[in-house]
Amino acid sequence: MVKHKMHLLVCGGTGCYASANGDLAKALNEALEISGLQDEVQVVTTGCFGFCEKGPIVKVLPDNTFYVEVQPDDAEKIIQEHVIKGRKVDKLLYTDPDKKEKIADSAHMDFYKKQIRIALRNCGVINPEDIDEYISRDGYQALGKVLGELGPQKTIDTIKDSGLRGRGGGGFPAGLKWQFAKNNESDEKYVVCNADEGDPGAFMDRSILEGDPHTVIEAMTINGYAIGANTGLVYIRAEYPLAIRRLKFAINQAREYGLLGENIMDSGFDFDIQLRYGAGAFVCGEETALIHSMEGERGEPTVKPPYPAESGFRGKPTNVNNVESYANIPVIINQGADWFAKIGNKNSTGTKVFALAGKVNNVGLIEVPMGTTLREVIFEIGGGIKDGKKFKAVQTGGPSGGCLTDKHLDTPIDFDNLVKVGSMMGSGGMIVMDEDDCMVSVAKFYLDFTVEESCGKCTPCRVGNKRLYEILDKITQGKGEPEDLDKLRNLGTVIKETSLCGLGQTAPNPVISTMENFWEEYEQHVTDKKCAAGSCKNLMQYHIIEENCVGCTACARKCPVNCISGEKKQVHKIDQDLCIKCGNCMDVCKFNAVEII
Amino acid sequence: MSSVKVEIHQEDVDKIQEIAKSYNNDPEALINALHATQDHFGYLPAEIQEIVAEEMNVSSAKVYGVVTFYSYFTMTPKGRYPISICTGTACYVRGAETVLDEFKRQLELEVGETSENGKYSINCLRCVGACGLAPVVMVGDKTYGRVSPDGVKDIIAEYEDAE
Repeated sequence: MVKHKMHLLVCGGTGCYASANGDLAKALNEALEISGLQDEVQVVTTGCFGFCEKGPIVKVLPDNTFYVEVQPDDAEKIIQEHVIKGRKVDKLLYTDPDKKEKIADSAHMDFYKKQIRIALRNCGVINPEDIDEYISRDGYQALGKVLGELGPQKTIDTIKDSGLRGRGGGGFPAGLKWQFAKNNESDEKYVVCNADEGDPGAFMDRSILEGDPHTVIEAMTINGYAIGANTGLVYIRAEYPLAIRRLKFAINQAREYGLLGENIMDSGFDFDIQLRYGAGAFVCGEETALIHSMEGERGEPTVKPPYPAESGFRGKPTNVNNVESYANIPVIINQGADWFAKIGNKNSTGTKVFALAGKVNNVGLIEVPMGTTLREVIFEIGGGIKDGKKFKAVQTGGPSGGCLTDKHLDTPIDFDNLVKVGSMMGSGGMIVMDEDDCMVSVAKFYLDFTVEESCGKCTPCRVGNKRLYEILDKITQGKGEPEDLDKLRNLGTVIKETSLCGLGQTAPNPVISTMENFWEEYEQHVTDKKCAAGSCKNLMQYHIIEENCVGCTACARKCPVNCISGEKKQVHKIDQDLCIKCGNCMDVCKFNAVEII
Repeated sequence: MSSVKVEIHQEDVDKIQEIAKSYNNDPEALINALHATQDHFGYLPAEIQEIVAEEMNVSSAKVYGVVTFYSYFTMTPKGRYPISICTGTACYVRGAETVLDEFKRQLELEVGETSENGKYSINCLRCVGACGLAPVVMVGDKTYGRVSPDGVKDIIAEYEDAE
């Protein structure tokens, strides 16, 4: 094996890749070759570093230098300065926004300080297409321990004792689920990894699959052994081509190493993994719907019980866990249940990965211990609100969750606390909103999503959510009436109580939680016909301030519908009946004479 | 079903047979087979669905049911330069809607439509996982990040001279 003196880790996550990373690794390699250093320095494309806001990221090992916003043009500079002369490239270092100091080592950045990486332990560290790198970081050691030492029941006991709860949204204890599947006798059993990440705004499962596919393979194999299944299936979104490619590659490597297939590690245990593609249906995150989809059917849910542990794929006992849950398994086995249970809260142990996005300075993928507060996540790790605006709300749990406000900022994040304050953990999407976001429109946005994604099987969800959407639409159009607010609340409650599956049961949450926390905003829309955030077009008017208008005619000339009248050097006026609210007049006015009222 | 009649050639039938065979003509693998078929033909018109149904040993009604259930499957051909606007939550709060409106206005197309010359189509997709670059637009495989309504014309301009 060639020993490299230095490694350049290039983030191969979707965000960085999209901003020219494909060319970046190539550019670095070319620059190395020009200097004849290709045998001494290795460029490794890794999984996501998490700090997507400042991508593309390059990390230099062994000195841990963390370069941000690196473009292919910077490659030569990195090689010439850092690799050859040992001088850090100052302009590519991260600048601390408060202290205005350059920080070279990511460990000292606020973004990383509070994080503990378990599920993401290998993302941004190893080359996901090299099984040896995974093995060198204790990879497949847990599988060895389970097969050679623990046996099925002790494995399940370890998972139970660790307190691991399902990371896909439900938060059901994983060990208990495994036990149910083990206890059900059958000639065939199945293990399913739910990688159909459908929450718009969550991308942790994708990052794990792209950055560390072997952890999922190892965990599924352990799961199979523990419950007595020989076949694993990964239900993965077809929209994730890179994740699919890496996973397929990893499965083949594992087969070559005898870590999948027959008689794994001479234990007599056979296990292999197949892929099934999702095709864009949010409801397939629900496990019964997912199983139907894997059987080639429409992904419609069925009533539970029977639970999949009893009758799942092909009517056989099946255990379904999501990607992030699986990514925790090998570490729990290696480090022990007690170690894991000490992290986080009593009833929510371990860590949780969040996709932090929206109006926050540091958009990215983070992993924090359960019990970290929203304030720590948004203001310390996330670096606060973009453009110095005011924090308004944070949405957790995706379309099934709710919007929380500043009074919840000091709530420790865990499964139970989030439910208590009217939201939920969900898969870990965390969208931050500022003063410009209208909460009625946000609720409408989520309803639009659930209406489109409702499978149509049960009436409350199919018809009820549509009606909810229509009422919200009416309100944002300025046609709302006070009784609409009662209707929203009543209908929302009925849908929650009567829908068949989790999608319908949680679909009204964004409406109910925003009504709870932003009641005055709903009232304002309905009674005053005003949208304070200035986002509902029908509820705002552009208005010319007489004192400021000098009659330059710029606005009148720019107006696409000629609704501004006025003579040169005279005060202009907007005809509100004709105005389409495009905002051109405001943009073009140099005298601040146009305002929104 | 789609109104345009699609002419099926023998080679199309052969291709579908080949795909179906690679999945052992197993009804359970219908969705994987439809993925492979759509990858090849670009879309799944009724005529193609009928052949898939026959080869995968299921009814045409079932294939139609599955195709229309999942948003990834389409019965209308996409443009040569399919424009997808991410309308995931992160992109939404950073202004994806105004970007979408601008594409619709400039190309005079609605979501789900393909231009008459077959060049452009507009679609929405939910979260590509590049939330750091929000709002995100994809044209084919190429990703554009932090797109503003003003930047829309520049993106379209890149493809104006292309065939």
